[in-house]
Amino acid sequence: METLMAYAIGVLFGCAVYMMLRRSIVKLVIGLIILSNAANLLIFAVSGMTRGAPPLIPEGLQLPEGAVADPLPQALVLTAIVIAFGVLAFSVVLIHRAFEVVETDDLDQMKDTDT
Amino acid sequence: MTDPNKKIMKDNTVILHTAALALLPLQLLFSVFLLLRGHDEPGGGFIAGLVGAGAVVLYLFAHGVDATRRIMRFDPRDLLGIGLFLGTVSAFPALLRGEPFLSAQWWIFDLAGTEIKLSTVLVFDIGVYFAVVGTILTVVVSLTEAEE
Amino acid sequence: MSTEVALPVFIPLLAGVLSLMLWRSRKWQRRLAVLATGLLLASTLWLLRSTLDQGYVVMQLGGWAAPFGITLVADLLSAVMAVITGLIGFAVALYSLGTIPDRHEKFGYYPLMHLLLAGVAGSFLTGDIFNLFVWFEVMLLASFALLTLGGERAQMEGAIKYVTLNLFSSALFLSAIGLTYGLTGTLNMADLAYKLSQVEHTGMVNVVALMFMISFGIKAAAFPLFFWLPASYHTPQVAVSALFAGLLTKVGVYALYRLFTLVFVGDTGYTHTILLWSAALTMLTGVLGAAAQFEFRRILSFHIVSQIGYIMLGLALFTPLALLGGVFYLVHNIIAKTNLFLISGLTYRLLGSYDLKKLGGVYRERPGIAILFLISALGLAGIPPLSGFFAKFLLIRAAVEIEAWMAVVVALTVSFMTLYSMIKIWAQVFWKPVPDAVDATRLRSRERDPGMFWLLTPIIGLAALVVLFGVWAEPLYQVARDAAEQLLNPAGYIEAVLGVTP
Repeated sequence: METLMAYAIGVLFGCAVYMMLRRSIVKLVIGLIILSNAANLLIFAVSGMTRGAPPLIPEGLQLPEGAVADPLPQALVLTAIVIAFGVLAFSVVLIHRAFEVVETDDLDQMKDTDT
Repeated sequence: MTDPNKKIMKDNTVILHTAALALLPLQLLFSVFLLLRGHDEPGGGFIAGLVGAGAVVLYLFAHGVDATRRIMRFDPRDLLGIGLFLGTVSAFPALLRGEPFLSAQWWIFDLAGTEIKLSTVLVFDIGVYFAVVGTILTVVVSLTEAEE
Repeated sequence: MSTEVALPVFIPLLAGVLSLMLWRSRKWQRRLAVLATGLLLASTLWLLRSTLDQGYVVMQLGGWAAPFGITLVADLLSAVMAVITGLIGFAVALYSLGTIPDRHEKFGYYPLMHLLLAGVAGSFLTGDIFNLFVWFEVMLLASFALLTLGGERAQMEGAIKYVTLNLFSSALFLSAIGLTYGLTGTLNMADLAYKLSQVEHTGMVNVVALMFMISFGIKAAAFPLFFWLPASYHTPQVAVSALFAGLLTKVGVYALYRLFTLVFVGDTGYTHTILLWSAALTMLTGVLGAAAQFEFRRILSFHIVSQIGYIMLGLALFTPLALLGGVFYLVHNIIAKTNLFLISGLTYRLLGSYDLKKLGGVYRERPGIAILFLISALGLAGIPPLSGFFAKFLLIRAAVEIEAWMAVVVALTVSFMTLYSMIKIWAQVFWKPVPDAVDATRLRSRERDPGMFWLLTPIIGLAALVVLFGVWAEPLYQVARDAAEQLLNPAGYIEAVLGVTP
């Protein structure tokens, strides 16, 4: 399972970088989305995966029964997803506005501030 | 974009139109259920906020921005403000008891035989709920208005 | 109980929320902005006072003990940075009253400003590496929105680069956090400092260290990852530029200081050599970029990059004196650089341009403003008796002591070229006569401009600090020395956070 995840993460990072290097700003944003998903999956995979054992303590007990999944990576991923969601909402508005103002989605046409 | 008939999905299908009317209160109720369930079990402000915002967004797709603004009665930005305010304020009561910021404070009392648990955590969660609903609606409403 | 360590985070947060709730009333938002940033400054001074007394101020948020909960912790470096945040926040809030157009205020300028300050203060005061990521994102989201406020073409083009590179760096940061957690099972920085030294697989530790370095390098605008900065910093309102110039990149530098003195100190021969080269090249490329520019704020933007190099040099040399110089330089640079940006807004108000070719004659008409510029500019270049002199002197002396001649040569050369750039601005904007095609009625008019008070007050205040830290450098020197000492002895930090000696 870990090996499979490692490959999946690798492919996701590869796709993200490929998309980000393309000229269209829409593809750039898609690349950013994939990138954040790849990072989230990495956190999830690297901190060890346990199957089917939610980290909940049954009523009346002080400790969980048996081995449970580590809740912290899940909390981290959840936080990261929420943040990525906010950033994504902003990026979508940004490229929409940028398209309206610059009237192109070609990054090569957006060089006014570089020189 | 200039074609007035291309308003997004307005008056498109009778099914969506009717379903959105029926689903709106149900989904809002469900979101409140999720919010309060988050007390001891899976659930909570964030997911409840998503469900609640989903209800309004569905209505918006079916009936358009103007109708949605009418049923919302107030600006989503106010919701966002109130939500963030509740969330931030819930950090302070701990100070009055001389504990670190954000320490949870609980008030447990009996109401006709039922145990009612109130806490700063609940206040925080309600704040998250409003903030999530407010954010999503602000973004979706302004994007839809820009399209139209 | 140490409330003072949480206040610098919660005051701007609460102010931002209140400001958002008052979004209909611009008048109240403006009053709140001044009040809240003033309170922020006061609370950070309180924090500095207690840090000087106790060494470390720690709060476990929500009462969850470290390393399980989130810790807020201030050592002297954090406290000094927090004070600077309060100071710059207050100065920029005053300046905003006179410069921010109505429609920007309407679109939420003040809530975003408070949120940005909360993010910056949170980054300085947190003791948990994931929490650092969260504060970074708070700060970035606010900065994205501030950068695009107004929605002009240049802003959009600059913002796309800024957003992309910063999000890329955040993703890298997040991945590095994930790998760190996989290696050690903890995210508390004090706990990490101990547990990472126990990890057997040192190659992996170096990989993670480099991922952090690259990610913070992007945020700090270090070579070769700085291109987003000069592409975007000159596009928004000048108050926003000044706030960014003073604080944002410095958060990246602070994170480098924190991690590479506390956590990743196992293989300094490897990591700090990379930092040294990066620092030298950052200084050089920044200053060379500035030499080619003819726009007021773009020159200053490239100089931000070059100054970042100096601050990184302090960390890279990694001796007590070098770190002392680095901390001193951070304080000096934030004040001088912010002030130069504020002054660029002043000349823009008088002559309506940032292009050096379309500016001129300010010295003849308004000698006071010219003097204020000269103080900050010469301070930045490092002319005695201004604050930059001691900052550079300490750094270069530290480099001489460990015979890092390459660093000495680069630092001195870059210093001269900084002076060249500042003289160029001086000659073009202040010394030469007003160009014929330029409308200089505002410059020449003798009428009192009521908005001018809000612009001049923060500029005079910051210029006074540049002089003060030069002529009376002793107190800042002592604080910086103690901060450097704490950085080199992480045991105190670890003990303060975890409550046990490792």
